[in-house]
Amino acid sequence: MFAVENLNVYYGESHILHNLQLTLGAHETLAIMGRNGMGKSTLLKALIAMIPAKTGSIQLDGRELAPLKSYARVAAGLGYVPQGRMIFPYLTVLENILSGMDSATNSVVPEYIYETFPVLWDMRARRGGNLSGGQQQQLAIARALVSEPRVLILDEPTEGIQPSIIKEIARSLNTLKKERNFSLIVSEQVLSFTLDIADRFLIIEKGRFVHEAVREYVDADKMMGYLTI
Amino acid sequence: MSVDMLLSQIFNGLSLFTILALMAIGLAIVFGLMGVINMAHGELMAMGAYMTYLTSVIFSRWLPGVMGASFLVGIVVAFLTTAAFGLLLETVMIRHLYKRPLDTLLATWGVSLILQQVFRQVFGPINVSVPTASWLQGAWSPMPGLDLPLARVFIIALTLAVALGVYLFLFKSRWGLRIRSVMQNRAMAGAAGINTARVDAVTFAVGCGLAGVAGSALTMIASTGPATGQQYIVDAFIVVVFGGVESLIGTFVSAFMIGQMQSLFEMPFSGSMAKAAILLLVIVALYFRPSGLFSIKVRR
Ligand SMILES: Nc1ncnc2c1ncn2[C@@H]1O[C@H](COP(=O)(O)OP(=O)(O)OP(=O)(O)O)[C@@H](O)[C@H]1O
Ligand SMILES: [Mg+2]
Repeated sequence: MFAVENLNVYYGESHILHNLQLTLGAHETLAIMGRNGMGKSTLLKALIAMIPAKTGSIQLDGRELAPLKSYARVAAGLGYVPQGRMIFPYLTVLENILSGMDSATNSVVPEYIYETFPVLWDMRARRGGNLSGGQQQQLAIARALVSEPRVLILDEPTEGIQPSIIKEIARSLNTLKKERNFSLIVSEQVLSFTLDIADRFLIIEKGRFVHEAVREYVDADKMMGYLTI
Repeated sequence: MSVDMLLSQIFNGLSLFTILALMAIGLAIVFGLMGVINMAHGELMAMGAYMTYLTSVIFSRWLPGVMGASFLVGIVVAFLTTAAFGLLLETVMIRHLYKRPLDTLLATWGVSLILQQVFRQVFGPINVSVPTASWLQGAWSPMPGLDLPLARVFIIALTLAVALGVYLFLFKSRWGLRIRSVMQNRAMAGAAGINTARVDAVTFAVGCGLAGVAGSALTMIASTGPATGQQYIVDAFIVVVFGGVESLIGTFVSAFMIGQMQSLFEMPFSGSMAKAAILLLVIVALYFRPSGLFSIKVRR
């Protein structure tokens, strides 16, 4: 359904991603795992065209996304939640959600958003910048969901968030996936979180995939070996 | 000095304020929100003034029966023409120069020189003036001894209406939301699904259209010549910087203060001494508040 091939990304002269290749099935959740600086964010940013790729093909349901700008990739079915959330600090919570609806078919925030994240309803008139990290994470997920993505991309959603909220986010994502019919790509360093949500795991090291595992056969010790220093 | 004189001087300051405010609101959008230094903003105002003049000529020749509507139609024509020109300018030039402020400055300065020459060719070197509509002639006397020209009362009302319109557009409309998202975080706005290039074009066009409206208002208090834009561009930039480049309220308040100061200082000093005194005050103020009177921190 979603397939990336031959992806090469550079920052100036330095070659960051080397010939990456990945596929994602319908309803599947793929975890991209690796330590700091291994290229997780670079990969996800390249998928949403926040940074340019030197070469590579990105196909969604047979459609080539590589020539498209960010907004057109969102319209084509990608949703993106960046590392650090990147909430618009001076927009209200409601406006932050609405900013994700430019390509959506309707212009009213769908009810399931507030059912999943009740705190966003309570805080809808507050400025996004005044929310706590966990609340901002929920807001960023809501902003991406309202564009009705086929593939939702999450970059380190647990970073800087307390364990109880992490559990809650994992639970919400599992429910949403079932109800809203999208696939998920999530980058992480925290294995416990991805074990809660992912079907398949790819380990990235210095811009290359070095290990792959499916949920049923995960060797937790081996994974931890890749994630700890 | 009599109270009447002071009041009428304050009122003169108010009409200057309206021109400055209208021009600066457009500039606050183009320069403050987008960071584009558009040296042709003054010529866009002159273009709006000429369009208002053209509309009045057309009305007096072909539609003399409804001459009273000429000025109102002129405002709309001025807005649409300058906005369309802005859209063209953004598409063929400005968008290729984002993040290159010096190049933008030089290129738009070139545009301003070209426009001045075009005005000279088309409308002649002599200033033209727009006859005041009959319903704007005469004065309003709220108290004995104080006569406020209706035309000036009207442009004050126009300024307030434009400010309200800009506020509603930026803070209550879908386009306003797009514009504010792009200004706060361009890359993220794109990744949230907003077509940032189109937002830039529309934002720039609206800012230029407001310069056109300022030009319309200007025809009520002064005549229009090829160099009209030059007289106001520096003041307008000062207003925007003094108010805090990202704040519309700041722009409004700062236009008010500078308009009043100009008008009050002109009593004891000459016009250019008054300008120098204002510039000095603004520099001192900016020394203590480098980002302007009203500043918010915006991440870019
Ligand atoms: N803007 C940039 N310019 C140059 N190099 C960069 C830039 N951003 C990232 N890099 C480099 O690219 C490599 C991959 O960085 P990336 O942000 O993708 O890592 P990551 O896996 O997301 O790490 P983290 O877990 O810390 O978020 C790193 O070596 C980093 O130094
Ligand atoms: Mg990262």
